[in-house]
Amino acid sequence: MCCGTGCRASQSEQIIANLQEILLQKELQEEVQVVRTGCFGFCEKGPVIKIVPDNTFYTEVKPEDAELIVQEHLIKGRKVDRLLYLNPETQEHEPDSKHITFYKKQYRIALRNCGFINPENIDEYIARDGYLALGKAITEMTPEGVIQEITASGLRGRGGGGFPTGVKWNFTCKVEATQKYVVCNADEGDPGAFMDRSILEGDPHSVLEAMAINGYCTGASKGLIYIRAEYPLAIERLKIAIAQAEEYGLLGEHILGTDFSFDIELRYGAGAFVCGEETALIHSMEGLRGEATLKPPFPSERGYNGFPTNVNNVETYANIPVILLKGADWFQQIGTEKSKGTKVFALAGKVNNVGLIEVPMGTTLREVIFGIGGGIKDGKRFKAVQTGGPSGGCLTDKHLDRPIDYDNLIQAGSMMGSGGMIVMDEDDCMVAMAKFYLDFTVEESCGKCSPCRIGNKRLYEILDRITKGRGTLDDLDNLRNLGSVIKDTALCGLGQTSPNPVLSTLDNFMEEYEAHIIDHKCPAGQCKALLSYVIDPYKCTGCTLCARNCPANAITGERKIPHVIDTKLCIKCGVCMEKCRFGAITVQ
Amino acid sequence: MNKVKSLDDLRKMRESVRASLDLREKSDHPDQMVQVKVSMATCGIATGAKEIMNYFIEALNRKKVDALVTQTGCMGYCYAEPTVEITLPGKDPLVFGYVTKAKVDELIDKYIKEGILLDDILPITYTVVKPE
Repeated sequence: MCCGTGCRASQSEQIIANLQEILLQKELQEEVQVVRTGCFGFCEKGPVIKIVPDNTFYTEVKPEDAELIVQEHLIKGRKVDRLLYLNPETQEHEPDSKHITFYKKQYRIALRNCGFINPENIDEYIARDGYLALGKAITEMTPEGVIQEITASGLRGRGGGGFPTGVKWNFTCKVEATQKYVVCNADEGDPGAFMDRSILEGDPHSVLEAMAINGYCTGASKGLIYIRAEYPLAIERLKIAIAQAEEYGLLGEHILGTDFSFDIELRYGAGAFVCGEETALIHSMEGLRGEATLKPPFPSERGYNGFPTNVNNVETYANIPVILLKGADWFQQIGTEKSKGTKVFALAGKVNNVGLIEVPMGTTLREVIFGIGGGIKDGKRFKAVQTGGPSGGCLTDKHLDRPIDYDNLIQAGSMMGSGGMIVMDEDDCMVAMAKFYLDFTVEESCGKCSPCRIGNKRLYEILDRITKGRGTLDDLDNLRNLGSVIKDTALCGLGQTSPNPVLSTLDNFMEEYEAHIIDHKCPAGQCKALLSYVIDPYKCTGCTLCARNCPANAITGERKIPHVIDTKLCIKCGVCMEKCRFGAITVQ
Repeated sequence: MNKVKSLDDLRKMRESVRASLDLREKSDHPDQMVQVKVSMATCGIATGAKEIMNYFIEALNRKKVDALVTQTGCMGYCYAEPTVEITLPGKDPLVFGYVTKAKVDELIDKYIKEGILLDDILPITYTVVKPE
């Protein structure tokens, strides 16, 4: 019996009680066991029951159905048709859960080995076809052939930009040089994102293998992984993986008896967000300041130490071996017209099933948040979801049924980004959210170009003013104008995308900005400066507890007489509300 | 360990490691070949997966149950960490979430020893690509 939050809210505990009672009546308690499970990711059809070993899947079960299930299914062996999952496409009841489409909602390509293999044992990777794609590439295919396959697959960069991977490889391949480099960008920096870390911690060899394949294609003999020092476990597992691959001769000189040699080293970053931008990343690896430079020249022409360099993200690499083994045609069939394959998302925020998911491109936000994610925590109302971290924008109710792919998200004013997905509910203030991200960008801006260094700071100051109730209506125009100027003129991806959280909240939640400015109210009750704590004189018993705990001595009143808060002295810490035993203090 | 010298070598090696892993998974010796995988990515470790893994090994020894305990990466159920996957010989793997030390004892006594299911099973909600 599913006891995820969604099913629990629709009486799954009552169903369990009924099942147990009926089983006891029929003396089947020894034969049949009722077990509570976690979320099936199928909350819209809940409560759900799965019966094993015959894999029957019942949906929308009611407490009174318990008897029918025991009587018909468990005793007589006849499945209860009415409760079987109704396939929306064929309009037929599915007797076996193996055929149910929701299992296909999540399809794992990049995460294929995460949680299955021991990441510190190369044998387990090899048992699951590890290094076979590299073997196939270097013994049976030409570099051009491999690049063609990757180009034909339609794979696009998973780090955020969505540039076609095959095209990028081809650029580096075409440049003549004595030395070339392959770089893996593992500088995952968005707040709330942990896709790359999970892949490196769970399946480091898939990235090493793909980098070697890339080396073969582009003519590079050296690979570098740029990883932030804040990921010690990922670093440790990568080191173990590199040592094991070298021991097996799958990295190093003359791999698999061919002329191809390739080795990989780690480079550590100090955790600057801007170093996820490829030119800044390369400068950081060179020992220079992590600052972006103008493109062109692109790294594929002049990259690490001046040599042609191909930079791809962790998740992009993790896809490569499977594409080579299964072919571009197979990969082409997954996803949408212009975005092929799957995408890994780190689902976080006010969603029940926080976790790491991988869905085919074209899956809707609704399926992700209300299906796999199990809906919003504590039954609250969904407000928005931020995709793409500080570079992305927020998406709302009206975007829920839009298929997720690179182009759709950009059209909706956000972006794919590397795959962070932060869900917000009715208690989240969108102005404060935009301010949070701007605070982050101001902190992380490298300071090289003025639009980003000065512009973002001004955006932040305006937002700060608004959240403190000192904003004016002119500020709204200023935010919009300044935001679009920064986007147009900043040097690198960081500045070109940093106004997105502001612009998209202006587009979608103008009424919240206006409420802050005109009414001096924060509708979500989050902006402290706009709140006032009030004591309800009818509920207050005059126990003096709040007054004794108030750190600002803002509460006065005689014993057994209703107390009063002096709003001028109140620092809005909320201690009084916490301490009050009579629920007499409210926020307005 | 000898180096893998050719693609054929690699294929042969895959078959042999597969066979030995299969043996581990599908052995006929039920009391010997129970497999326990503990999800040990940063998210798991942060919620105590390391302690759970150590305790699992210790409890198995104490209860004289032969089982292979290994670590693995993130299974994706960050909301229910620590998570543990248990494969009894001849059965599909089952993932249990919210594992505590008390739960480990229960898992060994009830599920591993007697095959009795316990609460907090995490349903598999995805399919995985099979490369070849």
